[in-house]
Amino acid sequence: MNTTYEETCGLPEIKSNLSRRRLVQKIGITILVLSLIISVFLLFIIILFVAIRGAGVLSWEFISAMPRKAMTQGGILPAILGTFYLSLGAVVFALPLGILAAIYLNEYAADNILLRVIRMGINNLAGVPSIVFGLFGLAVFVKFFGFGVSILSGSLTLAIMILPVIISTTLESLRALPDSFREASYGIGASKWQTIKGIILPTALPGILTGTILGIGRAAGETAPILFTAATFFSRKLPSSIMHQVQALPYHIYALMTEGTHLKAQVPIAYGTALVLLMLVLGLDLIAIVIRIRSRKKKLW
Amino acid sequence: MKKMLLIGLLLSVCVFAQQLTIQGSTTVLPIAQATAEAFMDDNPAADITVRGGGSGTGIAALIDRSTDIASSSRPMKTKEIAKARENGVNPVANIIAMDGIAVIVNKGNAISQISAEDLKKIYVGEIKRWDQLGGGGTIVIISRDAASGTFEAFNELALHGAKLTDAALMLASNLEVARTVAQTPGAIGYVGLGYVSDDIKALKVDGILPSPETINNGTYALARPIFMYTDGKPKGLAGKYFDFVFSKTGQEIVEETGFVPVK
Amino acid sequence: MRLKRNTKEFIIKSILLFCALSSLVFLGGIIIVLFTQGVPIFGQIGFAKFLFGTGWYPTHEFPEFGILSMIYGSFIITFGALIFAAPLGILTALYIAELAPFWLKETLKPIIELLAGIPSVVYGLFGALLVAPFVQRLFGLPVGLTAFSAAIVLGIMILPTVTSIVEDALSSIPNEYREASLAIGATKWETMTRITLPAAASGISTALILSIGRAIGETMAILMVAGGSPRIDFSLFKPVRAMTSTIAAEMAETVMGSIHYHALFGVAIVLFIMTLAFNLIAERISYRFHKRFTATR
Repeated sequence: MNTTYEETCGLPEIKSNLSRRRLVQKIGITILVLSLIISVFLLFIIILFVAIRGAGVLSWEFISAMPRKAMTQGGILPAILGTFYLSLGAVVFALPLGILAAIYLNEYAADNILLRVIRMGINNLAGVPSIVFGLFGLAVFVKFFGFGVSILSGSLTLAIMILPVIISTTLESLRALPDSFREASYGIGASKWQTIKGIILPTALPGILTGTILGIGRAAGETAPILFTAATFFSRKLPSSIMHQVQALPYHIYALMTEGTHLKAQVPIAYGTALVLLMLVLGLDLIAIVIRIRSRKKKLW
Repeated sequence: MKKMLLIGLLLSVCVFAQQLTIQGSTTVLPIAQATAEAFMDDNPAADITVRGGGSGTGIAALIDRSTDIASSSRPMKTKEIAKARENGVNPVANIIAMDGIAVIVNKGNAISQISAEDLKKIYVGEIKRWDQLGGGGTIVIISRDAASGTFEAFNELALHGAKLTDAALMLASNLEVARTVAQTPGAIGYVGLGYVSDDIKALKVDGILPSPETINNGTYALARPIFMYTDGKPKGLAGKYFDFVFSKTGQEIVEETGFVPVK
Repeated sequence: MRLKRNTKEFIIKSILLFCALSSLVFLGGIIIVLFTQGVPIFGQIGFAKFLFGTGWYPTHEFPEFGILSMIYGSFIITFGALIFAAPLGILTALYIAELAPFWLKETLKPIIELLAGIPSVVYGLFGALLVAPFVQRLFGLPVGLTAFSAAIVLGIMILPTVTSIVEDALSSIPNEYREASLAIGATKWETMTRITLPAAASGISTALILSIGRAIGETMAILMVAGGSPRIDFSLFKPVRAMTSTIAAEMAETVMGSIHYHALFGVAIVLFIMTLAFNLIAERISYRFHKRFTATR
């Protein structure tokens, strides 16, 4: 298009002006490409750093054995299991609440002040610093309800933290469903709840699953909320009840860096633990992303 | 009714007899953890949980009965004892080891001793450069977080209640202090004797190097007893655990973790 | 039969509404807990003295609870991070939204989302063992645990957030804007910088404000990297203490109900109000932004 413009006018000033503009564009685009490369590099350097330093420690024993010799030897099984229980617990509490809340917001709520206030509540809950959730959990679950420092307290604290994630991803997938689905269902005489149960939820399932997995990933990686509500430095036995304290992967990394006496032996284990945590969290997120992409491709409407 | 309560109490004691929680000072953590580990090797039925959190937390947990043993690097304050009595808890102090607070510097530092007076001057911010003490460069002052037992002990033993300079780095644990001193040429820090390693250099304070001898005979100034508080005299599993800690093997573990045995 | 169905629907609707209100309930609960546990400190030492005092000696015989140095610490780290992450994030987003071919765009977007999920304690490990020693050597500093190191780590941490929100804002600009600009002979670069970018300005500011909120609330990485001196030096190359790390480091060792305990909840109140304010401002701007572009569409 530009060439035709040049040809019709044919003025040399415009031509030189244009080549200058092209040069500016070239420089600009180079800067953009460079910043993209820097960004990607910076983000990958962390993964690389942990992978390189942690790979040497990783072994089947490392993820399947109990820690030994003041945590300078052996594995991190209790921390892996602890993280598993905590995130599972968090999802058990947050998932039903989050899905039902999203259904209300998308299917029932009228666009009024109440809806706006609820939305604002969800957005702001998502923005609360994780350490504040930790304080809330300490004051309410650990002390007020007397659950003590336990899986239960930790799971509940994490559940509140991931609730907005689950609500907003569910909401997103519900919103993507065309109204014709609902209308067709009403047309054959189904009630609102029957429509939701039979049509809306099954179709929105991949989206809900994505939200759930993202929520698990977020819960598994957080340290600050479990600092005062669930985490312990060392426990010989694996937890057998939800009232037990547990070791957890993120806290274990922090503890290895800051507690104990054998720094030289602990740092490699910290790297190994970080690598396990990273693989777990990124693996979960990757699954969520794949599910979303696939369900998008399958979409026929 | 009373009888039933008593039976219930006894039953609950029986049920939980195999479980023991030790909570408190991060300084005591290595001893607590190593002895718990060895004790559980001998008594497979026992389940001991070890938590850090700091001396104050451990004592508070003992007061509200959420821990069986409170490990502490300082004696209980009169206020805390009074509060415990109010709650019907009778705290008993068991001194399981002695600890010296070692003043540490980077291995590259030319200085190998310091007077208690200069140490205080550094930590209140009056001496800012190593040149004033015969070394070179800026002093990087490293301290523990204000809530820790080690800080409280150092505050009392070295600063005599004077306020720490706000230029000091406040780190969350002994290990972090040791790591940072090892990484930082101009640093000075303080840690429990158990945290002194080849990566850092412990200074003589008033001409005396911290060691088991100088700490037990009272010549080293920055020393303190390590406590494990229980509600009443330790009985049951706790009693067995303490027997183990005070046994020859137990005290050997104390020594291995870098503290000073009491027996 | 009909009536029964209606009652059932009504019950279901009520249950759903109850669930929808839960977020509000939790937010309210957090506010109530923070204030009931934190307000005593204002009564004991005075609000102004708490907020503007510079001495933080919580366990001293004559304790001082001034948090100004921590507010300063949180802000200097956050703004350092933003100075680092904002240009990089905006430029990267500009490339992804405006220039990247379809396949690259579809690959980069999920990868950036993925990177936003790296746990903060892993950033802390990275910062304490790699960034801090590097910064120490590079600038010949006495110690590497400084606001600068923390800002770099935090900057990398919020980079994915900045990039993906800015990218969303750019993508929501209707294509007519670009086409109109290209049609009158502007180059692609001119279209990007003079049309798309200004049009997305409020979306970009939302992204930045949200990132500030995120950064101020970050705990573990800062705890492990910033050094923790409660002091105001007005220099990036000095150790600083943030509000979040103070809570994380001291709460576990504090006795319930003591003045120190209330003071830490007081810190949390200040922190919470700040993040809430940033979130509300971001929401306000983004609401207007979306209203504008859904209208033009």
